Amino acid sequence: MSTITPEELAATTLLRFATAGSVDDGKSTLVGRLLHDSKSVLADQLEAVERASASRGQDAPDLALLTDGLRAEREQGITIDVAYRYFATPRRRFILADTPGHVQYTRNMVTGASTAELTVILVDARNGVVEQTRRHAAIAALLRVPHVVLAVNKMDLVGYEEKVFAAIAEEFTAYATELGVPEITAIPISALVGDNVVEPSAHMDWYGGPTVLEHLETVPVSHDLAHCHARLPVQYVIRPRTAEHPDYRGYAGQIAAGTFRVGDEVTVLPSGRTSRISGIDLLGTPVDAAWTTQSVTVLLEDDIDVSRGDLIVPSKDAPATTQDLEATVCHVADQPLTVGHRVLLKHGTRTVKAIVKDIPSRLTLDDLSLHPHPGQLVANDIGRVKIRTAEPLPVDSYADSRRTGSFILIAPSDGPTLTAGMVGESFAAPEPVNDDDQDGWDF
Amino acid sequence: MTTTVTEVTEGGEGTGSPYALSHLDALESEAVHIFREVAGEFENPVILFSGGKDSIVMLHLALKAFTPAPVPFALLHVDTGHNFPEVLDFRDRTVEKHGLRLHVASVQDYIDRGVLKERPDGTRNPLQTLPLTEKIQAERFDAVFGGGRRDEEKARAKERVFSLRDEFSQWDPRRQRPELWNLYNGRHAPGEHVRVFPLSNWTELDVWQYIAREGIELPSIYFAHEREVFQRNGMWLTAGEWGGPKDGETVEKRLVRYRTVGDMSCTGAVDSDAVTLQQVITEIAASRLTERGATRADDKLSEAAMEDRKREGYF
Repeated sequence: MSTITPEELAATTLLRFATAGSVDDGKSTLVGRLLHDSKSVLADQLEAVERASASRGQDAPDLALLTDGLRAEREQGITIDVAYRYFATPRRRFILADTPGHVQYTRNMVTGASTAELTVILVDARNGVVEQTRRHAAIAALLRVPHVVLAVNKMDLVGYEEKVFAAIAEEFTAYATELGVPEITAIPISALVGDNVVEPSAHMDWYGGPTVLEHLETVPVSHDLAHCHARLPVQYVIRPRTAEHPDYRGYAGQIAAGTFRVGDEVTVLPSGRTSRISGIDLLGTPVDAAWTTQSVTVLLEDDIDVSRGDLIVPSKDAPATTQDLEATVCHVADQPLTVGHRVLLKHGTRTVKAIVKDIPSRLTLDDLSLHPHPGQLVANDIGRVKIRTAEPLPVDSYADSRRTGSFILIAPSDGPTLTAGMVGESFAAPEPVNDDDQDGWDF
Repeated sequence: MTTTVTEVTEGGEGTGSPYALSHLDALESEAVHIFREVAGEFENPVILFSGGKDSIVMLHLALKAFTPAPVPFALLHVDTGHNFPEVLDFRDRTVEKHGLRLHVASVQDYIDRGVLKERPDGTRNPLQTLPLTEKIQAERFDAVFGGGRRDEEKARAKERVFSLRDEFSQWDPRRQRPELWNLYNGRHAPGEHVRVFPLSNWTELDVWQYIAREGIELPSIYFAHEREVFQRNGMWLTAGEWGGPKDGETVEKRLVRYRTVGDMSCTGAVDSDAVTLQQVITEIAASRLTERGATRADDKLSEAAMEDRKREGYF
């Protein structure tokens, strides 16, 4: 890291990614190696891991201990919660959501994948694609993670055979493509030895692709931008009412999708009032245009009623508003979700009362089989739900916009987060489908 | 009028896309979003302000988030009574400059009243929890911004951006709410509050790069200066009224700077000749020790020292 100049570091982009796989697949070893070989583990952290490993009678430092933060995790030798890790190379800064393979598995992976632009799914080269691999692929597909990396680990234990890798890569790619995963990159690695993690392997001449780190450094991060609708959820109305700014009235928010420009004709939802953007302030600096995920303050030509919870959209590209949502959800709370449940629904910056009208099906991730009318969803269940909201909401399909197509359900009494929801169809179509043919979401 | 979609398609994908934010812009935008969510959803938020670099960056972000309006939050400083005078001076100038309201919870006051007892090792960091908790209750703060970062410490790595605390300010890692997308859940019962960490995803290096980019002023002790120090537990502690040096510890003058700013009794200085921001950034990029490992005696107490303090209501 000492060779990186401050200027180079300051110019890098940010990639959020998640890892999925169990300890047996070598996930902790892979994470440990990424951190270690990119020199992100510092001497005092390594010493602490060495001390802890030795006190448990382990010969070598257990890199998994780097990611186990809580006392209960260390005592029980398991990982309970998503741990966030940070490392940097000269090309990019990384935020890694390291999701555990044991307890609360689905909930944690859904949480980690919700903000990830890439997911690394690990398989053991000796076992190939197993039930768990299919579950990981299904969650990445449900959460619409744009890039999936299949890391075929422990290649050293199968003699670095190209045949073994090719068969696994082919089987996985076929399965994930069927689920609508848009981009899959398979990489043969040995996390233990270090083959193709940071450094290219000397044992696999037949592989000409990138190492895991090279791929992480070069994968495009602005995936959403090309074909998305502009959306600005209003968080807060800025009204200084000072001598200097007596009439300033700005609508502050983080652009959830797309680009806004000064002069754009916009509609405020759910009211439907229209105006034109007269100015955009980017944290104090006026700009002509701003795009996701910038936090901005938008000024409108007309003095219309806009408040927190509203959604500003281009007038020519406004979503329909609806009080009836159908969505795929992952239930994350210990108390079950039942038909008739009264909840709060947070969508963008708006929180409204809602009621669970129906739970048409529960999905088994292992084989994607549907169980009709389960009556309830318990923690870590994935299912379809129909929800009626007390007020109309301007929702997009999650396939079109991860930010404005998602919501959470909250218990009105004591406030825990119950359920994570994604509006629209569960999985993308495997082939590009003409819009007219889609029997998707008519609101 | 140009259509948005066409424009964006022309921009294209890839790391070189003009629409890709730099990592500092992405982190800044995320932090501003967090400040605005709290302003929109809570009645009485407060920013914990120690005069350290992380709290200074927090305040800078809050100023940008609400410009040209003033920051809609007060500041709260937990004063250990062992503060660096340069930092207290900086705190007061900052409050004055931005016309902010400052609340102070004083550890010394609790010791004087006999509610808290000085520890044998003279460290006052663990003593901050009670004054902090009681001030939050007394002022009915419902959201409390802290400068904690997940890269600092492994218990912090599992912390949420919105972290619910019960009426005793306690943190229960098993009761944490999953945080999905950027949909933060700030619901809480009366008497409970939410600790909010806008810098969760920042690293020490990000903080320094951002300070350099934005030209943010810092207390002078973050830069190399000559100071009378003595060695204890492998760290250079500053000599002073708070209780050092003791017998057998010898004072010497060294060129040092601080990587973190906390209570004088447990914050160590590091040998350094970095007098400019760029020199500090170069030094940190090359450092082989974490900032807490290098400078905080309180985290060396045990493997779970931070987790235990957090559970009790620490920052």
